Amino acid sequence: MRPNRRNHSRPLNGLQKERTGIPGFDEITLGGLPAGRPTLLCGSAGAGKTLFAMEFLVRGATLYNQPGVFISFEESNEELTTNVASLGFDLNQLIVDKKLVLDYVFIERSEIEETGEYDLEGLFLRLGHAIDSIGAKRIVLDTLEALFSALPNEAIIRAELRRLFRWLKEKGVTALITCERGEGKLTRYGLEEYVADCVILLDNRVENQISTRRMRIVKYRGTSHGTNEYPFLIDEKGFSVVPITSLGLSHPAPTEYISSGIARLDTMLDGKGFYRGSSILVSGTAGTGKSTIGAHFVESACARGERALFFAFEESQDQIVRNMRSIGIDLEKFVKKGLLKFQNARPSTWGLELHLAMIHNMISEFSPSVVMVDPITNFLAIGDRIETKQMLTRLIDFLKSRQITAMFTSLTSGGDDLEDSEVDVSSLMDAWLLVKNIECNGERNRGLYILKARGVAHSNQIREFLLTDHGIQLVDAYVGSEGVLMGSARSSQVAREKAAEVDRKQVMERKQRELRRKQELYEAQLIALKSQYETERDTILRELEEEKQRQQVVAVQRLEIARLRQADNGEVQMQGNGARKSRKGTAR
Amino acid sequence: MKTTPSKKLRRPSNGLTQQSESDDTRWNLRLYVAGQTPRSLTAFKNLKEICEKYLKGQYHIEVIDLMENPTLARGDQILAIPTLVRKLPQPIRKIIGDLSNAERVLVGLDIQPRSN
Repeated sequence: MRPNRRNHSRPLNGLQKERTGIPGFDEITLGGLPAGRPTLLCGSAGAGKTLFAMEFLVRGATLYNQPGVFISFEESNEELTTNVASLGFDLNQLIVDKKLVLDYVFIERSEIEETGEYDLEGLFLRLGHAIDSIGAKRIVLDTLEALFSALPNEAIIRAELRRLFRWLKEKGVTALITCERGEGKLTRYGLEEYVADCVILLDNRVENQISTRRMRIVKYRGTSHGTNEYPFLIDEKGFSVVPITSLGLSHPAPTEYISSGIARLDTMLDGKGFYRGSSILVSGTAGTGKSTIGAHFVESACARGERALFFAFEESQDQIVRNMRSIGIDLEKFVKKGLLKFQNARPSTWGLELHLAMIHNMISEFSPSVVMVDPITNFLAIGDRIETKQMLTRLIDFLKSRQITAMFTSLTSGGDDLEDSEVDVSSLMDAWLLVKNIECNGERNRGLYILKARGVAHSNQIREFLLTDHGIQLVDAYVGSEGVLMGSARSSQVAREKAAEVDRKQVMERKQRELRRKQELYEAQLIALKSQYETERDTILRELEEEKQRQQVVAVQRLEIARLRQADNGEVQMQGNGARKSRKGTAR
Repeated sequence: MKTTPSKKLRRPSNGLTQQSESDDTRWNLRLYVAGQTPRSLTAFKNLKEICEKYLKGQYHIEVIDLMENPTLARGDQILAIPTLVRKLPQPIRKIIGDLSNAERVLVGLDIQPRSN
């Protein structure tokens, strides 16, 4: 009891509130239903009144140790027990534990005759006895309006109802009174005039053949409350209201980075990747590989041991696993490990709000660190742009508040401007990758660029991305004298350039070879010339030597001759030819 | 309308009041009241008068005070006070109010056909 008291009787504007324990409802009412006062719960048939009321009691009994009384005017105890057993509520056990009293008030109109004055003291006594028997703090009257059809005198019923509500207040029990919605007014019999403190309206509208349950607090005297229509859902765990609109822009901003799962994409993002807790939009036309980028992202998260939740609105789990296996991404092992969970549903299965509620519940349950939504554009099939944007805004706010990194894919239809994000959510996103088909030379190639990445210094280049059997490969697009080329144009251009380079290389090699040859040639010639010169030089030198020797021989002979002819003429002999000439002259 | 002889109601204890005028209990009637309010007393007086007049010697009246035995309200699905329940003869019929309209009581108890 003690810890509960702190929870449920928080004074707010002087009004004490009783927690219902219904997820989301206590948030929008800032604490629950008015404690010790009656609350009116109205809605048309099938809106979920009985379930809401029953959950109010069951949660009260199990979570807050507040016993409750359920007075049913429509369903027998057995029917009620069976109906809520599907939500996991074991009423019989609660009854045994004296936490709950079911009382079926059945009135057969046909066996009743009215004669004269009466009051409903019998009902009061029954309520009083039921409340006192277990010390109940909560009571549900479902559907009190049955009295009007059961008893003929409306004036008496009205007077008694007025007394009943007063009496309930005096008893200090928190009462929930359900009633049918009337034409043009909240309740068929105008019960709202008796219960003035708190009025809740449940609604089940069908739009575009999709029904969405909504709840609104019409009136809550003495306290502030969320005034919007809140979607709610009833699933196997009971009632839950989605008050995501109450979230604001107060989420923290982590500075940690998270890899995109594609190494080259991380490089484009300043080498780090995305910020944790950011929202990433991947938009592009059909077949550009958006889901594959998402699969990479999810795979890398799981590989780090983080939990990932994959909301697929187009493909089944098996289909995704199979398709991703073909490009070398094994998602199945992470599914088996329990790190990856798929939630596959056609968008048209539920309304927008219900989708949001389902996503909300799934995330709360699985608490992933990474969420993939593929694709968000399919929501347009069930809501208009404004509704879809609102829903996504709330989803993003919710994800951010939990610091979940989320990737959304968005399909851009061919005719639209590629940088138009179809559902106008681009401004909500922290990072935006654009994948587009670039058509040229009779082929389509995938190009990827980062349109924005808040707070990350990112590359402005278009990268071509290829789907290979080991995932996505980002390749530099060819940028050169021929412009930006991709695909086969890029590879042929690269090949051409390679060929040209080879050519140039060969030419150079040839020239070098030629040079070498010339050098060798000239060197050989040089050697030949040198040897020729040496030969000639030797010959000349030899001839010179021979001449010299000959002259010496001649001189010796002349001396010999002279000596032989003029033995006395030593003079002539001594002066040689000159002396001989002058002697001749003088002799004549 | 005369004052009710309240001693008749007060005489038995514990709210379970046996009012048997004879051993013939072809008519088994139960009157649910909540405390001795003037309306309850009126109802009892009216019922007694009708029974004496139309069912003399063949009825049995049981008065149940829900103030003292609130659990008994469940059994006969009592909401309105006072309620007269015809347990016998079958089927069960209920007449709510102070039984001031004798004619309607007779119709309700099937003593007198509705055609009147």
